[in-house]
Amino acid sequence: MNFDFSDEQKQMRDEARKFLSEQCPPKAVREVLDGKASYDKSLWKGLAEMGFLGVAIPEQFGGAGAGHLELCVIAEEMGRALAPVPFSSTVYLAAEAILIAGSDAQKQKWLPKIASGDAIGTLALFEGKGNPSPKAVKVTANGGVLNGVKKPVPDGAIADFAVVAARTGSSGRESDISLFIVDLKAGGVEVKSLTNIDLTRGQAEITFKDCKAEPLGAAGEGWSVIAQVLDRAAVLTAFEQVGGADRALEMGRDYALDRIAFGRPIGSFQAVKHMLADMYVSATLARSNCYYGAWALSTNAGELPEAAAAARISATQAFQHCAKNNIQVHGGMGFTWEFDCHMYYRRANAMALGLGSLSYWEDALIDRMRKKNAA
Amino acid sequence: MNFHDTPQEAEFRSIARKWIAANAPREFEEELSKSSLGRIRLAKHDMVEVGKAWQKKKAEGGWACLHWPKEYGGRGATPIERVIWQQEEGVYGKLTQPFQIGEGMCGPTVMAWGSEEAKRRYLPKLAAGEEIWCQLFSEPSAGSDVAGLRTRAEKKGDNWVVNGQKIWTSGAHYSDYGLLIARTDPNVPKHKGLTMFFLDMKSPGVEVRPIKQANGMQEFNEVYFTDVVIPDSQRLGAVGEGWSVSLTTLMNERMSIGARLATGVPEMFEFCSNLMLEDGLAIDDPAVRSKLASWAVKASGLKYTSYRAISALSKGERPGPENSIGKLVSGLMLQDIATYAMDLEGAAGSLTGMDEEQANGQFQQMLLSSPSMRIAGGTDEILRNIIAERVLGLPGDIRVDKDVPYNKIPTKGRG
Repeated sequence: MNFDFSDEQKQMRDEARKFLSEQCPPKAVREVLDGKASYDKSLWKGLAEMGFLGVAIPEQFGGAGAGHLELCVIAEEMGRALAPVPFSSTVYLAAEAILIAGSDAQKQKWLPKIASGDAIGTLALFEGKGNPSPKAVKVTANGGVLNGVKKPVPDGAIADFAVVAARTGSSGRESDISLFIVDLKAGGVEVKSLTNIDLTRGQAEITFKDCKAEPLGAAGEGWSVIAQVLDRAAVLTAFEQVGGADRALEMGRDYALDRIAFGRPIGSFQAVKHMLADMYVSATLARSNCYYGAWALSTNAGELPEAAAAARISATQAFQHCAKNNIQVHGGMGFTWEFDCHMYYRRANAMALGLGSLSYWEDALIDRMRKKNAA
Repeated sequence: MNFHDTPQEAEFRSIARKWIAANAPREFEEELSKSSLGRIRLAKHDMVEVGKAWQKKKAEGGWACLHWPKEYGGRGATPIERVIWQQEEGVYGKLTQPFQIGEGMCGPTVMAWGSEEAKRRYLPKLAAGEEIWCQLFSEPSAGSDVAGLRTRAEKKGDNWVVNGQKIWTSGAHYSDYGLLIARTDPNVPKHKGLTMFFLDMKSPGVEVRPIKQANGMQEFNEVYFTDVVIPDSQRLGAVGEGWSVSLTTLMNERMSIGARLATGVPEMFEFCSNLMLEDGLAIDDPAVRSKLASWAVKASGLKYTSYRAISALSKGERPGPENSIGKLVSGLMLQDIATYAMDLEGAAGSLTGMDEEQANGQFQQMLLSSPSMRIAGGTDEILRNIIAERVLGLPGDIRVDKDVPYNKIPTKGRG
């Protein structure tokens, strides 16, 4: 058994960590936090140059052709650094949708641009409150023309194109849903930025008015592609969450060692030690579930749906737990704008919802476990 | 990243599997696979006798204590081969319960600190299950703070004379030998006045009394010592060095990689899949699903954490400290699961009947037994201290009795 990343993958993680610690210190994250930029453009360019944007994109489409395990180790570092770039929407959602369902021409058109940092992509799925569900898709597509409103769309305001889920039938079944690729710079598209709790990653509302769109994949197969994309993205974002959880735990640990109260480091009080120990437990359980998800993703195993849900739930809980208790360990200083704790707290709670809420994934996990037990 | 054996591991697994298929006591397979939680019981046979027979057979085939050197009754196997053996032994591993303290704690301590003569005399018989060992550390006034123990050993000529009391001793009533830590000097600080011994449990003056536990069962014992004589040749380590010796024992307790910890999750999943509530099956209820999912990811997290440790072993690395989280997570989870399962049964949940409608009373038993899971082998609080100090590098607790002679340490709280 080798339930671990290879030495080469670990080396790639070290490179990513070094690169991000230099190019994406908290000061850089704060440029976006404070609204001075919509995302970190120079970091985005650097990520492209390092080959990180296209790490899982095959070489024939301009990528590095490494694989999903390599993408997992990079995702962890992106989460750790709170990188304020449209990485998850472009790489986990848009690129994966095209890899799964795109024609050769579509892959040739978009994937090299993603890998080179020349195109930001996203997935336009949600339409207001609620979780991923074919029933919630109201945007219509008639003869390749879209009408309706999507929100929230991650990084929608800075994206060049979107994969859009739209209704092409009215049978009440999943097969009513089809996918389209829309050039967001073309006509019939109106984009509005939305404020959200994570100020380092944007959300948008996108209105389609008689917007011409190109089908992605076969008509009526949109939902099955969405389900696959969500499972893959669940594993990849779980690695970001674990990276964030680990960093929040480290911040709490470091502060507990440095801060003196009642004449001793606060990390010598059991109430604080036990809180940090519990954070470590959450983060460790999440990491182990993520490794299993990474294995399932990289081998496209039949276990992926269950493994993805478990990784997603565990990592969501761990990041929320570590981010909130990191503030608690810091006390009053943790509640200041000046300290970085709130950036992790914001990110943790926004990420907990991005692909569907915790209860959505809990529900999915139980369904998937039942299916396995029945088989 | 894969779940495959290396060629050597695969070969070892295949040999082990063949031997088990030809030798395991199949007649107990069903009964053993059913009893997943708590202590193992066999309806018509004595657990210790059946266990001894299996252990003897394993020893003859070279499969007992396989990570020990051959000259002491082992196989000289690698750590990963030991894990593979445990996986292959499967339900029959439950039969080794009476020997686990000997194999996991007493044996390694004798191996590290005993004379060559003692090692050759005691270890092979321990490995073969011929002689069972218990561990005599905890006392009524020394649990988490085991260094505060009171049992006295006084030197008389070439012997030591022991007086005092131990508690929570698993298997003392069927053990042949015991590993004993006692105070040999009360005038120095508590960690410095301790010495380690082993003794024949049939020695005059040793009295074993079962403890009736909170769950009504009797699995642990009190052991009383009245003028018990131990030859100085049965001392392990120098006089006053008992604390260092005990650390060998406790380190081994926490090194058991790949040990199967009950989490209660498969039982709970099964229970919720069959339990009919007013509005349908429990597993279709959103609140139930949410709790089940949270427990399921803890259980899978523990499983894959142990896989990571096994992978480290397979590469010849020492597994990291992440393995220390197992008992901390599973103990509390068992208790929570039991409480919730009974809640779903409503008023009838308090009944302890063994009928099928109530899932054979397993959750009621789990509820009553689970407090011990959070205490034995290191309380939840001690485990959190270990994680905080050894993994996260936080400061140790302030020890107000650190430099105080043992006999000057207060022994009472109020009044």
